[in-house]
Amino acid sequence: MAFPVTQIRSDFPILSQKVNNKPLVYFDNAATTQKPLAVINRISDYYKTENSNVHRGNHYLSQIASDHFENARKYVAGFINATSEKEIIFTKGTTDSINLVASTIAEWVKPNDNIIITAMEHHSNLVPWQQLCIKQKANLKVVPIDYDGNLDMDAMKKMITPSTKLLAVTHISNVLGTINPIKEIVNIAHKHGVPVLVDGAQALAHISVDVNNLDCDFYTFSAHKAYGPMGMGVLYGKSVWLEQLPPYQYGGEMIKNVTFEKTTFNNIPYKYEAGTPDVAGALGLETALNYIKKIGINNIREYEDQLLAYATEKITEIDGVRIVGKAKDKTAVLSFVINGIHPYDLGTLLDQMGVAVRTGTHCAQPLMEYFGVSGTIRTSFGLYNTQQEVDVFIDALKKAVNMLS
Amino acid sequence: MTIQEKAKSVIDEFAIFDDWMDKYSYLIELGKELPLIDEKHKNQTYLISGCQSRVWLHAEENNGKIIFTADSDAVITKGIISLLIRVLSGSSPAKIIAADFSFLDEIGLKAHLSPTRANGLVSMIKQMKLYARALQLKSNR
Ligand SMILES: Cc1ncc(COP(=O)(O)O)c(C=O)c1O
Repeated sequence: MAFPVTQIRSDFPILSQKVNNKPLVYFDNAATTQKPLAVINRISDYYKTENSNVHRGNHYLSQIASDHFENARKYVAGFINATSEKEIIFTKGTTDSINLVASTIAEWVKPNDNIIITAMEHHSNLVPWQQLCIKQKANLKVVPIDYDGNLDMDAMKKMITPSTKLLAVTHISNVLGTINPIKEIVNIAHKHGVPVLVDGAQALAHISVDVNNLDCDFYTFSAHKAYGPMGMGVLYGKSVWLEQLPPYQYGGEMIKNVTFEKTTFNNIPYKYEAGTPDVAGALGLETALNYIKKIGINNIREYEDQLLAYATEKITEIDGVRIVGKAKDKTAVLSFVINGIHPYDLGTLLDQMGVAVRTGTHCAQPLMEYFGVSGTIRTSFGLYNTQQEVDVFIDALKKAVNMLS
Repeated sequence: MTIQEKAKSVIDEFAIFDDWMDKYSYLIELGKELPLIDEKHKNQTYLISGCQSRVWLHAEENNGKIIFTADSDAVITKGIISLLIRVLSGSSPAKIIAADFSFLDEIGLKAHLSPTRANGLVSMIKQMKLYARALQLKSNR
């Protein structure tokens, strides 16, 4: 069956917009994806008919809102195949989820211990660990990558020591598109008793994610990169960890009993959800995941792989193009530079032609340094992009290169 | 010419372009002209950091007027810099402090001055004004 991209496009109101008088070609999906009408309506319906604070009132609306909020949690758990919805904590996004873990495991980390990350991490999965290591006088170790953008697995194996407290790795690189062999990494780390946190920000919308199968200890993602709303995210954590780690923030919702002298904390997941949560965000996320599910993540993967292959082939026809990130296993992201042309200039001209791409360092400055570039141009695809849009982009790129050389 | 007159001449010059390609081709042409800054000033001291495109700015006083020179590694940024310098350089500190940049709005380049663009232009203008202010304080003393 052909991928129903025309139908899908009609689900996304923003795509029919013109930008600079040209039809919008939105190739900045790794930064954030657009939202289908179903998600927009779900959020709007919540505020029109269900809005109430959750877990607090015994009145009708509060009951409805609480039920729907908890159903969303169950849905997320099912979507990523978590053992229990107790393992799903709603956060503000990937960054928030990672900071939650970095703060709560702080006490595990003693002077001269180490935490391992990789050379392709987003600043969100780098700075929290770096700062934790500085605070605890521990060492941050960085697994190198090869020039195609594959992790050096042998180097990783050698880095793990008895003092390694955590390994944090991205599922898919936002710059290179590399899909990392998470299952293998977890296997190796667990042999040494080291827990693994996976940054799934770029994965959820593009490949199937099964935390049970991956066996990772923590998995994080943002709703807005998977067709859901901004400001909503998830931390999945194995309950063995969540039960024993301390709370992250203190306040309402996360408590059982409070006196002026002491507080007993609520059970997981509530222990980690202080304050009023983003209920509409959770419902929007549920709807977005349901949207993905209906189309089928494997169909999406196959379609996006075709788009990527097509774009990769077309772009190599342009003189002086160097693709940054050629891993064997990659998806949905095409980063490149063109000899003698500044990415910022290209991005500016592409924008004039209605093509939205990202230029710059993509929150991964050390990675840019490794590839010896000051930045790249990144096109990143979503399920609503088409070959025809790739053609528009390639034409625009040729025009821009012409103007600049 | 005053700053206003110079800005007006830029606006007139851009009025002939009726599509974006001509306008940007012209900017690129301006940007490709010889370095606007002495190579020896293209170093860390004069670099305006934290930007997607890098910008170098040098300023010096000549008979109560400020002479700006600048450069960028991105050619469109450099084209816009050359317009800014053409309008501002050679004026007195007081005039530079008072200058506004609505001429960029009129020629449809205002978006390049958005702080979120991170191309260094906003920081560059801030730096130009700071320099003018410092010079004014010095001469008032
Ligand atoms: C790989 C990766 N990790 C983390 C993040 C941060 O996500 P958020 O800004 O939604 O917290 C991003 C977003 O750009 C990303 O691509």
